[in-house]
Formats: sequence, C-alpha cells, structure tokens
Amino acid sequence: MTRSAYSPAPPTIAQLAASYAAEVARKRRRFLVFATGVALAVLAAGWLAEVDLGLFFSNIHKFPNYIGRIFILDSGPYAGSFVLFDIPGWFWGLGKWLRLLADTLLIAYVATVLGALFGFLLCFLAAGNLGVSAPVRFGVRRILEFCRTVPELVFALVFVIAFGLGPIAGVLAIIVHTTGALGKLFYEVLENIDQKPVEGLIASGASWTKTMRFAVLPQVLSNFVSYALLRFEINVRGASVMGFVGAGGIGQDLMEAIRKFYYPDVSAILVLIIITVALIDLITERVRRRFIAETH
Amino acid sequence: MANASPKTAHAAPAWGGWLLTLGAIAVLVFGLWHLGFSLTKFLVGLGSLGKFVVLMFPPDWGDNASLWRYIKALAETVAIALLGTTLAAVIAFPLSLIAARNTTVSQILRFFARRGFDTLRGVDTLVWALIWVNVVGLGPFAGVFAIAISDIGSFGKLFSEAIEASDKRPVEGVIASGGSRLHAIRFGILPQVAPVLISQYLYYFESNTRSATIIGIVGAGGIGLELSEMIRTLEWQKVAFLIIMILITVSVIDRLSTQLRTAIAGSKATPN
Repeated sequence: MTRSAYSPAPPTIAQLAASYAAEVARKRRRFLVFATGVALAVLAAGWLAEVDLGLFFSNIHKFPNYIGRIFILDSGPYAGSFVLFDIPGWFWGLGKWLRLLADTLLIAYVATVLGALFGFLLCFLAAGNLGVSAPVRFGVRRILEFCRTVPELVFALVFVIAFGLGPIAGVLAIIVHTTGALGKLFYEVLENIDQKPVEGLIASGASWTKTMRFAVLPQVLSNFVSYALLRFEINVRGASVMGFVGAGGIGQDLMEAIRKFYYPDVSAILVLIIITVALIDLITERVRRRFIAETH
Repeated sequence: MANASPKTAHAAPAWGGWLLTLGAIAVLVFGLWHLGFSLTKFLVGLGSLGKFVVLMFPPDWGDNASLWRYIKALAETVAIALLGTTLAAVIAFPLSLIAARNTTVSQILRFFARRGFDTLRGVDTLVWALIWVNVVGLGPFAGVFAIAISDIGSFGKLFSEAIEASDKRPVEGVIASGGSRLHAIRFGILPQVAPVLISQYLYYFESNTRSATIIGIVGAGGIGLELSEMIRTLEWQKVAFLIIMILITVSVIDRLSTQLRTAIAGSKATPN
C-alpha cells in the first residue's frame, strides 16, 4: 500500500493504547453515572417505602416457610404429610375449581372477543393514514389511551359497584382494557400498510368503507388475529385475579384460601391456574403459527 | 397443486373459516348467557355508572391533609416499582447465567431454573402480593417483594434469552487468550448484553409502575389502597382526582424510561 506524503503518520502503539483507554474510561464513566443514579433512586425509594433491613432479615425466612407450608396437607388421614401422598385429598374441591376455571376462561374469551371488536371498530378512526380528520383521530386516541392506562382492576372495582358483584363487572373491565390495548396495536398495524392498494381503490371511485374492506383489511387481518390471540393469553391471567374484587372467576376462591390460611387449597388452586395458563399459552401459540402460515 | 382449479383451491379455507367464525360466535353467545348477561342488567348498570361519572366532576382531593397523603402514596407506588424491579434484576441476573445454554454450569440446573422462571411468571403479581401480605404483613414491603418475585421469572427468561443470543466470537477470543469461564462472561458476554439488560430493566420499571398502582387493593402499599377505599365509600370526586394523578405519573415515567432507554441502549434494544 502506498501512502501519499500528505497523509498523517500511522498511530503509534502508545497513541492507540491511549485512545483505547480514553474510550474505556468514557464508557466506565457513563456506566458509573447511570449506576449512581439508580443507587440514589433506590435509596430514596427505600426510605419512602419504609424499608427496614432489620425487619427484612427477620422476616425473609417466613416466605420459604409459607411456600413449604402450602404443600403440606392440614386435614384428613394424611394431615401433616406432603400433598402428593394424598392427591384426591389435596384436590378435594376439583369439581368446583374446574367450574370456576371454566368461568374464568369464559370471562377472558368473551372480553377478548368483544374488546377486539371495539378495538377493531375504533382503530380505523385512530390511524393517521386513512383520511380521518385530525380532531376525530385525536379524540379516539385519547379514549384508547385512557382505556389502557387505567388498570383493569380499577375499572372492575367501579363496575362491581355499578353492575353488582359477579362476572359481568369482570368481563366489562377486561373489555375496556382490551379495547384500549388492542386499539393501539391495531392502528399501529394500519399505519404500516402498503398504500398502493388504497390508492388504487380510491382512484377507481370506491367508497371509504369499500376501500377499507378490499384494500386495507386483507393486509392487516392476520396481524389483528395474532394480536387478539396474544391478548387472550394476557386476559386469562387478568381474569384469574378478577375475583379479588368480586368480579367473578377463580380469584374469589383463591383469595379466600390465602386470607383464611387454607394452606393446601392455595397450592392446589395455584397449580390449576398455572397449568391452565400454560395450556392456553401453548394452544394459542399453535393457532397463531398455523394462522400465520395459512395466510402468508 | 398445479391442476387444482382456483375455485377449489379457495373453497377449503373459506369453509374452515366460516365454521371457525360460527363456533367462535356460538361460544361467545354461550359465554354471555352463562355469565349472566342480560340487557336489563346491563342498562341498569350503565345508568348507575353514568351517575358515578357525573358525580366525579369536578375532581377534588378533599382537604390538604388527604392531598398530602395521596402524594405520599403515589411516591410510595413509584418507590415500590423501583425497588421491586431492581431487586428482581439483581437476583435474576446470576440465575439467568445458569438458565442460558451457553453459560450454564449443568443441564439439570438449567432445566430447573427455566421451569422455576415459568412458575414465577405463571402466578399473577396480585397473587404474590396477597401471599406476601400474609407473610410480612400489610404495607409497601409486601408490594416490593410481590413485584420482585414475579419479575424474577420475567427477567430470568428475558436475560437468559439475551445471553443465548449473544455473539460467541468474543467469548472464544477470551478463552483463546487464556481467560477463565468467568473472564469469558465478564469480558465476552457482559459488554454485549448490558445495553439490552438495562433497557429491559427500564421497560419493566415502567410497566411495574402500573402494577404497583393496584397492589394496594390487597393491602400491599401504594396508591391502590386509597383508591379502592375511595371507590368503596363512593367518594367519586376523589376517585377521579386519584385516577388523574395515576395517569399523569404513569405517563411521566413512560416518557422518562423511553428517553433513558434510547439514550443508554441506542436503537438496538427494544424488548418484545
């Protein structure tokens, strides 16, 4: 390689080492600043949350104790032994719990379908590329934002008072939240579509609804279904705690078991919930894969 | 199939689609019936909901003492989220090294670590909160642990996936120049995954701020306790004020965390 007379001299080892050291030092400094910031924030937070380290160390052993205790039977012929020695005794309430779990799944299903439907209807008004006027778009986006930022359990608390105790309040609460969450995901999908089919239909004189149906919908439907299925997974988890505020499903029994110290019941219900959630995750994953494979 | 006519090629999926739609609608109708929906119930409920909404305006915090209490509860909520997330990240990092294929010490330990993460994630934060309230008593302490426990599951999974996705050439370089396995992790893997991990940490802090607003409902500290009490005693103006406070806080934390994420991690780290 020939070098022209005007090019700078090649860097010496010392220069290279110096620039490397400077670079590393810069990175270290930045990390140090971040770590100090987090440390200070944690200290302030600890002070605010009234964290008492003495209390922490004197209490921490209670947690493994609790976890151990929920796996020990407390009544029946096998009282005091590990739950697996008497599985029928452990799952004494299986019939009732499975019915409540089925209710929980139904709550999640109904809420996901209706929430997805509302999200679907609203997302067309919130997307920035489909010719909706700016004030309408702004309004719809704020509504969706409100729906997904207020925690669904807060909605459930209010709905329980308005609609009475029971699954209706739970379903409505999850519907509101799902509408907000899916509405946002949906309009983001809409904003990423290929505009050419839309322009083609508008140019050939199609109405707004026809344009949506034949130019937009075919592009986005598989994504929408995929998001709705993901949301169903999340909603099953959400529905399992709706009972904490009296809004239906298995949560009520779980809360009673925890509050009234029915130790083995706690583990039995938790095991059922974990298995159900895992199964639902597995099934929706399969369905999503097949759906995406079919449409692409 | 080349010789299938376009008509038959389309017929099969269309039939399946219709059947699926019909089934879905049938389950929906059954669900609505089974869960006790009725138009009258719905309309009556909607009527009282409308009354509540009217009563919420104008939002009002009552006296100054309760305003101060709300601000403190809100700060406590953010504190719970921060402490819980930090605790989870600190505990999850070493565990994620065990759960990642390329850094694990034994396949059996790896299996148990991964199943453990799945179990922790499978239980909702609110359930953990209820359990911790039983163990350490009412208060923010229980909330911190509830968030920490369920996030150890999430972080463990995400961190170990990030570690598995890291480039193995730096590790080979460190080993080739005589480094130990720990050296390989420190100098080969950590610099690669640190931005991703930090970004996930911030992202979870943001989402935990939302969770922390509700764990108070079961007595685990934060603004949720005040909020659920005001709802139960039908103090709608205060409810509206508290909800507005929560919305503002959540959006401020959102903004802050997004900015920090882009500043620290650059564009290459967007979790999920």
